[in-house]
Amino acid sequence: MSKVNALLQGTLNWVDERFPLTSNWKAHLAEYYAPKNFNFWYYFGSLAMLVLVLQIVTGIVLTMHFKPDASLNASGVPVAFASVEYIMRDVPWGWLIRYMHSTGASAFFVVVYLHMFRGMLYGSYRKPRELIWIFGMVIFLLLMAEAFFGYLLPWGQMSFWGAQVIVNMFSAIPLIGPDLSLWLRGDYVVGDATLNRFFAFHVIAVPLVLLGLVAAHIIALHEVGSNNPDGIEIKKKKDANGIPLDGIPFHPYYSVKDVVGVVVFLMVFSIVVFFMPEVGGYVLEHNNFFPADPLVTPPHIAPLWYFTPYYSILRAVTYPLFGIEAKFWGVVAMGAATLIFALLPWLDRSPVKSIRYRGPLYKGFLTAFIVSFIILGYLGMLPPTPVRAIVAQICAVIYFAFFLLMPIYSSLDKCQPEPDRVTSK
Amino acid sequence: MKKFLITLLFAPFLAFAAGAELHLDRAPDKSGDMAALQNGAKIFVNYCLNCHSASYMRYNRLEDIGLNDAQIKDNLLFAAEKYGELMKIAMQRAEAKVWFGVAPPDLTIIARARASEFGSGPDWLYTYLRTFYRDESRPTGWNNMVFANVGMPHVLWELQGDQVMGEDHKLKLVKPGKLKPQEFDAVVGDLVAYLKYMGEPVAEFRKRLGVIVLIFLAVLFVFAYALKREYWKDIH
Amino acid sequence: MSCDDKVDCGRRRLLVATAAVGGVAGVAVAVPFVASMLPSERAKAAGAPVEVDISRLAPGEMMTVEWRGKPVWIINRTKEQLEALPKIDGQLADPKSEKNMQPEYARNETRSIKPAILVAIGICTHLGCSPTEKFQTGAESGIAADWPGGFFCPCHGSTFDLAGRVYKNKPAPDNLEIPPYMYLGDAKLVIGEDKKA
Repeated sequence: MSKVNALLQGTLNWVDERFPLTSNWKAHLAEYYAPKNFNFWYYFGSLAMLVLVLQIVTGIVLTMHFKPDASLNASGVPVAFASVEYIMRDVPWGWLIRYMHSTGASAFFVVVYLHMFRGMLYGSYRKPRELIWIFGMVIFLLLMAEAFFGYLLPWGQMSFWGAQVIVNMFSAIPLIGPDLSLWLRGDYVVGDATLNRFFAFHVIAVPLVLLGLVAAHIIALHEVGSNNPDGIEIKKKKDANGIPLDGIPFHPYYSVKDVVGVVVFLMVFSIVVFFMPEVGGYVLEHNNFFPADPLVTPPHIAPLWYFTPYYSILRAVTYPLFGIEAKFWGVVAMGAATLIFALLPWLDRSPVKSIRYRGPLYKGFLTAFIVSFIILGYLGMLPPTPVRAIVAQICAVIYFAFFLLMPIYSSLDKCQPEPDRVTSK
Repeated sequence: MKKFLITLLFAPFLAFAAGAELHLDRAPDKSGDMAALQNGAKIFVNYCLNCHSASYMRYNRLEDIGLNDAQIKDNLLFAAEKYGELMKIAMQRAEAKVWFGVAPPDLTIIARARASEFGSGPDWLYTYLRTFYRDESRPTGWNNMVFANVGMPHVLWELQGDQVMGEDHKLKLVKPGKLKPQEFDAVVGDLVAYLKYMGEPVAEFRKRLGVIVLIFLAVLFVFAYALKREYWKDIH
Repeated sequence: MSCDDKVDCGRRRLLVATAAVGGVAGVAVAVPFVASMLPSERAKAAGAPVEVDISRLAPGEMMTVEWRGKPVWIINRTKEQLEALPKIDGQLADPKSEKNMQPEYARNETRSIKPAILVAIGICTHLGCSPTEKFQTGAESGIAADWPGGFFCPCHGSTFDLAGRVYKNKPAPDNLEIPPYMYLGDAKLVIGEDKKA
């Protein structure tokens, strides 16, 4: 037995002399000290990584069989659309891989929204973790782009018209708008050129950048160490060996805990994949089972659920300003709504990080923000009416107020004193 | 503040300006009924598969619903030569557009596409196929309560008979067909059940596999959780 | 490496057990992904057996059909051609078809089910070119004075006889492959399927 051990150890030494394997293992896993009071909200980072891997692996298999071609086959059906049904019926297990990919896309946004919410609850974006947050925001934006590019690929009615609407949105930008839309589409209308380039973006361009950013995100985190539900810095209290008193090595404690999180996630994921892959039309929209038809506009075009809050904000702006049409300002508002998260590290003036020690003002504003976000999301799925427009406008104002008024209410708020050591409330 | 928030929560429900409201009948659930599905396949191939293609469905897949290759080849293989082929049709789409005004859509996944907030896809199809009525103002002489001004004639008219729209906006059977109304409903039920199956042939297998996967994951959860508790005994 | 401390043993056993269950999960998940690369229903349908009507194939004639993207030759050999086959055994690399290039029912002198009709895949066993027919006998064929008729591959010069057997000292190592096939009545062949399947 010890001969095998010696051989393994010898191999490891050989590698370590040429590659920082053991040193990285220690720095990032076995001797990376994370706070011991991580709770439910801390599962979603590792789950996001799991979903990323899932999407890539299922995506690779889909790419073996999918054909990004908008032309019509002998039966008059677009080749891209037919290739998706080919995957569902003719490719062994193709149906499962397709459902995993479509469910995974929605799961990605569930996980990422909850992951961001954790950051807001515990002030994980505060100094010195601003850069982690900024990397995260870029990841969020790229994820939205990835989902948008990916949704065109099945070439159904919603795919086509959703892309048409959003690309046309860019034409609202003054001066360069129409040319920009033309450049994005590669044609006068969303067509085969658009489908092929969105395929290239979705399959390789954006995933590569996403992988790089995820690596940067984790490296930045490990540089300063993780935050925790109490919002206190565990590195302030170390023992004789320089190890934080409230820290525990990530491996094995959080690796084993994250495995439990993964199993629970897979159970929920499997319920969707095996019993309700369409999720009532919220994940696989009914109208997308009709092939794209440039001559027939669906009565009701709406993006998938994860975009609807931002879609609502886009539609909420109905007044022109400074001589520029409302359409443009809607785009501006939507962009601002996504980007404003990035300013949180500098908007938040509270002396404490975690919601556990904040006062009623922040809690009230955060609750109002979440409620507005949900209402905006719901409204985004429905056709607009005058009453809905007003509700959307009110919610949009609350949404922005959460951020823009934060410097004021976060400093006015009556906070409680932070503890010295972490608690497990 | 709280009241304001709660009002906000319910405000959307106030303005529910709907699109064209559709009342749909519930399609009978015949998913496990092999005889019904086989009958539905027969009706589909005989009545539908000349104008409509089902170009993602292979004939040999029909073994799922209990048919063997001899039965498929003898009774259903009109438009193709080989048993592994797709259910395509000879009519070209361009011609179809000229003849009918719009090319009859491919029906392979129609049961998934026709789902809406008013009911499931099968509900839509079941109601559609039973609510054709005579309308001399239409080129085909037929109109439909679910799909106004549809370009499709009432292909099953011989079986159902002729319905007309009364003053009360309800349909009345004025000329009986070969089947009594209940029999016709059963036949349409079979056809719709077949269309639902054809929309996703793997559906039954998918659900059975899902049960096995969840049971397995439950077992894995027990082990994983026990392991976590074991390690976390160290932490205080 | 044996565990002696009570806690350590229990922990290790649990770890191994969980890893085992997880390993099963991993294999189960891998199966669909690996299997998705197997031939799809479309590929299987395209590769389905081909029926051939040979009622009009006169003695001395050859026809070519396609099966799984490959040319399949069907030759109706004359009595003279069949009689000439055993005479050239000495010039062939594998005259008794000992190597596995044919189904059991074609391991005979004529390499066929019925003596006259040869069914062979028209692809040279060297590097995959399709040989040309050289049924013309003797010096006029341009191959040799005693050439009894057969096939010549233009790519690297391999030659095959009228039973698809390869000559000695040629680049091609094997006789032409005989595909699975069977008769549906006297004048109909099915290529790609045989009785035992």
